[in-house]
Amino acid sequence: MISLGSNTSSRWQTDQLLLWLLRGVAVIAGTIVLLIVTFLAMEAFPVLRHVGITRFFTDPSWHPAEGLYNLTPMLWGTLFATVGSVLIATPLGILSAVFCHYYAPPAIARPYRRLIELLAGIPSVVYGFWGLVVLVPLIGAIRPPGPSLLAGIVILTIMILPTIALMANASLTNVPQQYVRGAAALGLSRWATIRGVVFPAAKSGLFTGVILGTGRAIGETMAILMVCGNVVQTPDSLFSPIRTLTANIALEMAYALGDHRAALFVSGLVLMAMIAALVAAADWISHGRVHG
Amino acid sequence: MRPSTPIPGIQPWVSLEERPACCVPKPLIDVDQLSLHYGQKPAFHNVTLSINQGCITALVGPSGCGKTSFLTSLNRLTDLIPGCRLSGRILLDGLDVLAPHTDVIRLRRRVGMIFQKPNPFPLSIWKNLEFPLREHGLRDREQIAINIQTVLRDVGLWDEVKDRLHSPALALSGGQQQRLCMARALVLSPEVLLMDEPCSALDPLSSGVVEDLIVGLRSRYTVLIVTHNLAQARRIADYAALFWVQNGAGQLIEAGTAKQIFEEPRDPLTAAYVSGMRG
Amino acid sequence: MVKMMERNLDGRELLASTLVWSAVALVTATFCWLLGDIIWHALSHITWTFLTTPPRNAGREGGIGSILISTTLILGVCLGVSVPIGLGTAVLLAEFTTDDSLFGRLTRRSLDVLSGVPSIVFGLFGNAFFCKTLGLGFSILSGGLTLACMVLPILIRSTEEGFRAVPTGYRLSAAALGLSRTTTLVHLLLPAAVPGLLVGLVLGMGRAIAETAALIFTSGYVDRMPESLLDSGRALSIHIFDLSMNVPGGDANAYASALVLVVLLLAINGTASWLAEHWLRRRIVTI
Ligand SMILES: Nc1ncnc2c1ncn2[C@@H]1O[C@H](COP(=O)(O)OP(=O)(O)OP(=O)(O)O)[C@@H](O)[C@H]1O
Ligand SMILES: [Mg+2]
Repeated sequence: MISLGSNTSSRWQTDQLLLWLLRGVAVIAGTIVLLIVTFLAMEAFPVLRHVGITRFFTDPSWHPAEGLYNLTPMLWGTLFATVGSVLIATPLGILSAVFCHYYAPPAIARPYRRLIELLAGIPSVVYGFWGLVVLVPLIGAIRPPGPSLLAGIVILTIMILPTIALMANASLTNVPQQYVRGAAALGLSRWATIRGVVFPAAKSGLFTGVILGTGRAIGETMAILMVCGNVVQTPDSLFSPIRTLTANIALEMAYALGDHRAALFVSGLVLMAMIAALVAAADWISHGRVHG
Repeated sequence: MRPSTPIPGIQPWVSLEERPACCVPKPLIDVDQLSLHYGQKPAFHNVTLSINQGCITALVGPSGCGKTSFLTSLNRLTDLIPGCRLSGRILLDGLDVLAPHTDVIRLRRRVGMIFQKPNPFPLSIWKNLEFPLREHGLRDREQIAINIQTVLRDVGLWDEVKDRLHSPALALSGGQQQRLCMARALVLSPEVLLMDEPCSALDPLSSGVVEDLIVGLRSRYTVLIVTHNLAQARRIADYAALFWVQNGAGQLIEAGTAKQIFEEPRDPLTAAYVSGMRG
Repeated sequence: MVKMMERNLDGRELLASTLVWSAVALVTATFCWLLGDIIWHALSHITWTFLTTPPRNAGREGGIGSILISTTLILGVCLGVSVPIGLGTAVLLAEFTTDDSLFGRLTRRSLDVLSGVPSIVFGLFGNAFFCKTLGLGFSILSGGLTLACMVLPILIRSTEEGFRAVPTGYRLSAAALGLSRTTTLVHLLLPAAVPGLLVGLVLGMGRAIAETAALIFTSGYVDRMPESLLDSGRALSIHIFDLSMNVPGGDANAYASALVLVVLLLAINGTASWLAEHWLRRRIVTI
């Protein structure tokens, strides 16, 4: 009844062609990370050869013009700002998610989640700007100078809170309803249920959220640069200005040459290493190796 | 305990009328020592069966005994499942189906398939039929229109849809969707039709319509149908084959004419299954 | 004894509620403060002239016309490059590789790392690779390409999700009809996966528009109207940064630019979540 064409072998070739095309494209996408690491390493190589790794920690100070490359004050800056903000944002974020699931009347839960999503969408430069014109003068009025570790922590907290809250929200959604019902049947109170049943069940999602938030905090540049004062020093109080690794790159890249420029790429490598460690941690957690 | 004598209280089957003369037994598909593994797990083991041209062969058996897997190995749909291995031999009219150099696209045009759940493409009714035709190289618009109209009449859908050929196929009822899927398979004029429980997702009325259709296909096509509905298998099949899980893998227990399987089963398992005791 | 336990319980329950509600109040208040402050200071400033005239006097006066053009161009380059690559990779990952194949696992892992790379590192990389090695200099092209690398993981992830949302039945029945994989992909899977692609596109756009750190040393600071893609161009976020940090008296225009950026982003993210909610759920597309 029907005679159909017989161009099947040419179609098979099209399939093969498509497959190779896709593979080529995917290889590009997959190798960008390698490319990044390679270029960072290449640019960092000269200074690593002249100066060696240890001097990045043992030099008396960061004065690249005079050949002094001590990164530790910046490392401390990054560390303090990150740890501080994660410590504040984690409870706030998780409580926000708990609120949406177990405390809020439905009429409030939805708008509140929307609000968190909105917060997640605001760009870092706007947070930085707000911190600069509102927060920094406020802190300065309490204790000068104003631009400080504290300002950095507050801004970072606001920035990573949505990440943690949204992840926590997603993982609470995945907690099976029968756990909650079972706990209710035992006569457990609301908070006891949340602490004893919901949190353990959602543990891995909560951790993943915190890790993502930490990654964001470590990598944040503009906002922190705008509010932290950028003095190269190991902070001795919440009110002293600091400079983070990322801010250091952003500030000096514009005019850095030679070994100085290479030293900035070294700090880029350090950041990459931190992120790689975090990804590994997230992976470890999401494969269920954290149990309640 | 396998009962070997009829159990009192269960009605004996009414006798099968002899089938019309479609069944000059000429094997079209020869399956020889076919086994299928999903990874390490065997789905069925050492199945040897021939399927006669122009007849309806019913595959029956309990859930999980490998009927679907068997069907999909006949058109090599198993290629799409990672980790799926086939061994043995399938000859379709002399064509070695499992040979690596076999043109699967052409093979699948010769062996059509209808699935348990109706799955028309999210296109219009017309496009659902036109698209495979065009893909297989038919360009002549007039010829396409003729073919589409013919198959739609064949499946009894023409009068129901002729005024809305360009509306979405997914707006059809379940029974109509299934008949559209049959039309879509038929429009490529295959030699063999594989049907995996084509009626099980349908209400009794649509199921009856589809069943009548299948009967109407006899002698024009070689039909292999999986069904859990033994009454249906009795009504429509010329041949029947029973699969069963033994030693962790599906096995072919018994195959023969429908009359023989349903009325004088040789294997006690078959006897028990067709009298509704097991499975 | 039971009474005591109950009182204790009530106390804890009360404390927990108080904590939860005050956390929520704190977050809401901060948010309102931030947004309220920006709107309050910016609203009177935003006019049609502001949106269309180029900045004057280092941005203290004039508007953001040329800045919006540069931003659009950077975004265009970014999406023009990342969409084909992202789509291709997503198709390969979702349709042509199994989850446990080595190639698939490696690609996925490297994309995971890529999505965590800090934007300043992208800036370093872009500067070293696009500006220096490829010789593109400080240009819209360099900036766009750098951003393309940055948005790829988001784009790939949600496009892949879009493909995975397409019912397997389509693939099986297409194969059973003897359709080639290319045909199946182009005519059946791609249309059905469009919503996922769109969500990825919109999210990627959001990330690109919000970006500052990756652009400072790739697309540069120049606030003139760009004449070609090889010109340096100042993105909106960099404009805000520059006005607030380096230009005394630039606050008013910085406020107005910040509001424009926030509104743009809210619109973009709103579109993304609307798409995800209303369109992805209605998986069946009729053509
Ligand atoms: N894609 C797959 N991957 C792994 N195992 C599979 C796959 N498909 C089927 N199986 C297994 O192979 C065996 C046979 O399955 P099959 O679907 O062929 O059974 P069936 O006889 O069609 O059952 P039913 O009557 O329920 O449709 C089952 O044990 C099933 O779990
Ligand atoms: Mg089955």
